[in-house]
Amino acid sequence: MANMVNLKINHIPVTVPEGTSILEAARSVHIEIPTLCYLKDVACVGSCRMCLVEATGARGLVAACVYPVAEGMEVLTNTEKCRKSRKTSLELLLSKHKKECLKCERAGNCELQRLSIEYNCDPNRFEGEPLEHALDLSAPYVVRDRDKCINCNRCVAACKKQSVGAIGPIGRGYNVHIGSAFEMSLMESVCVGCGQCIVACPVGALKERTTVDEVWVALSDPSKKVVFFTAPSVRATLGEAFDLPVGTNVEGKMVAAIRRLGPEHVFNMDITADLTIMEEATELLNRIRNKGTMPMFTSCCPAWVKFVEQKHPDMIPHLSTCKSPQEMFGGLLKTYWCEKNGVDPKDLFVVSVIPCTAKKYECHRPEMKGEVDAAITTRELARMLKTAGIKLTELPDEAFDNPFATCSGGGTIFGATGGVMEAALRVAAQMLDGDFKVVDFPEVRGTAPIKEATYSVAGVNVRVAVASGLANAETIIRQLKSGEKAYDFIEIMACPGGCVNGGGQPTLPDSIRNSADLKSLRAAALYQSDKGNKLRRSSESPVIETIYKEYFGAPNSHKAHEVLHTTYTADKRI
Amino acid sequence: MEHCAACGTPEQAAALKAVIEQSRSTPGCLMHILQEAQGIYGYLPLGVQTTIAEELGISLSEVYGVVTFYSQFSLKPKGKHRISVCLGTACYVKGADKVLEAVEKNVGIKCGECTEDGLFSIDSCRCVGACGLAPVMMVDEEVYGRLTPDKVKDILDGYRKEEQKA
Repeated sequence: MANMVNLKINHIPVTVPEGTSILEAARSVHIEIPTLCYLKDVACVGSCRMCLVEATGARGLVAACVYPVAEGMEVLTNTEKCRKSRKTSLELLLSKHKKECLKCERAGNCELQRLSIEYNCDPNRFEGEPLEHALDLSAPYVVRDRDKCINCNRCVAACKKQSVGAIGPIGRGYNVHIGSAFEMSLMESVCVGCGQCIVACPVGALKERTTVDEVWVALSDPSKKVVFFTAPSVRATLGEAFDLPVGTNVEGKMVAAIRRLGPEHVFNMDITADLTIMEEATELLNRIRNKGTMPMFTSCCPAWVKFVEQKHPDMIPHLSTCKSPQEMFGGLLKTYWCEKNGVDPKDLFVVSVIPCTAKKYECHRPEMKGEVDAAITTRELARMLKTAGIKLTELPDEAFDNPFATCSGGGTIFGATGGVMEAALRVAAQMLDGDFKVVDFPEVRGTAPIKEATYSVAGVNVRVAVASGLANAETIIRQLKSGEKAYDFIEIMACPGGCVNGGGQPTLPDSIRNSADLKSLRAAALYQSDKGNKLRRSSESPVIETIYKEYFGAPNSHKAHEVLHTTYTADKRI
Repeated sequence: MEHCAACGTPEQAAALKAVIEQSRSTPGCLMHILQEAQGIYGYLPLGVQTTIAEELGISLSEVYGVVTFYSQFSLKPKGKHRISVCLGTACYVKGADKVLEAVEKNVGIKCGECTEDGLFSIDSCRCVGACGLAPVMMVDEEVYGRLTPDKVKDILDGYRKEEQKA
């Protein structure tokens, strides 16, 4: 038990463990101190000077996010001195901020804007140098606008926490800016496209490279058949963009809303998550039986794949050859579905709705042959619905379109860390032992950085590990290489907590991010849906049975390899 | 160490490797390694920074951030003869800015750059401790005092002649 410290904040007595920051202590008694550079579990450097407070025993104002409490300390968070200092800091930030608030997509959801309004700032009090830096449009997944950046370094901390380190502060003093080494563009850098920087950004300096306009054009083109499909985690987060509580599953309303945008069909990507499992579980068992390259890593996360290609190309043979569910769906639609329905693939415009920015990059990879025409994030879908005046929360629940509507719970939990592993275990175990009945694998659930388990089925021992967040993937690779650990099957999701916490998910203000456990709340919505599904194993979906019967024959067949599997290319970067 | 091959000699690469080996276990060794590396190469090009990042297991952006934070580090190569014009207070009030201008004009490059033939590079510095001789500039280890813009040509021509002889 840590020593407890008694202090007063705004005359309210508070008792907290020694070492607690003033900011956290204040939160424990519901006193909000404004912050910009602080982000719980990600960044805490005390550089933005928004959280300055008066504290006895300290000279001048102190940064509450990094200043520890002390016995008998009296803290005042809302004095004239504090307010004036914060206002000036904000006005200085605004002096070099591109104030395009009328067209900025973060308007209304911008932490700088909110604080500027709350502190009644004069945006033109100080005149900064002219803002004329070009946008970084090098990458198909993210746009960086240096002139909106407020140097809070939250993106840098998020990127470093991913052990990618594509961006950092460059220069000194007034000239400090965030960028890649040697002013490389993001596409030339070691960036993997996970988008964690975007959800960490308090302003509009980082955003996805939007393809919404292409989708609108396709929707109004009579020669195009537009189909949408949505990734498992989107239903667990879209509601946040419409002010629903974190963790609300809006599957039915989401389908109804997309249908009102006017595509021909709204499909459920859970089905290609199921298909991925059929292919991946088969591949795993084949590797085990044929003494192939082991351990095998999952390959459904394109940021993880890019990370391997750039940082650990020697690990490429360990990646499953399965395409991601997004690309499997693209492939399935433009082959099987088109053939079955007599549609020319050229007339089909496939839109995937994904929680991810790396999937925008993935659909541009040459191996994917343009099977997905536009990949839009949860945020972009929300924006489209708002533009179209579709009131998500007031719509009735509607069902996904056939023939892909009946998916298993295993496909649904793909959106959370451990979900792919659990879905694969459900199927692989039964492939080994037809009488194996267990469908719940609690050992691989939850948001722990690395989870491990060993399962023994029909005389086969399978040692598994699950990691989310690339720093944890890095740890696993290091431990494998040193011989410290040995596994057979490893699930990696680049974003901490998995796709539910993806770089394309709704950007929530720090006030929510600093208090709620987004990863667990959003994941719970998916596990709840899985629990309520009669079909828990991917192999149980009648759709999967039909797809194999009508088209692929069997998992890992020649045809399945042509459409559902892919290759990787070493691209070593430092 | 293949990255260094592009920007230096095998001896330089070996020297850098030795420095990294010596200091890698010391916390906060990056500054020291960068200083030594600049001593070895004269500047800190991409290849050198990449090697340091890879060897220390940190990102290139972190190394680059430190390099660009401190003015002592240079991203551009230095010339065979390094001209350093003092812009300290005493020299400045005695017209050092005009001297620098004359040097830039004579050599044909800007302060912070290096000539294409690698003979000269120009930097400015803050006080070499010879204020009595202000304005001063240094070429390599040689101090030239009581300068005027018209004296610059003769001084630099001296180095050019020496180069032609060699």
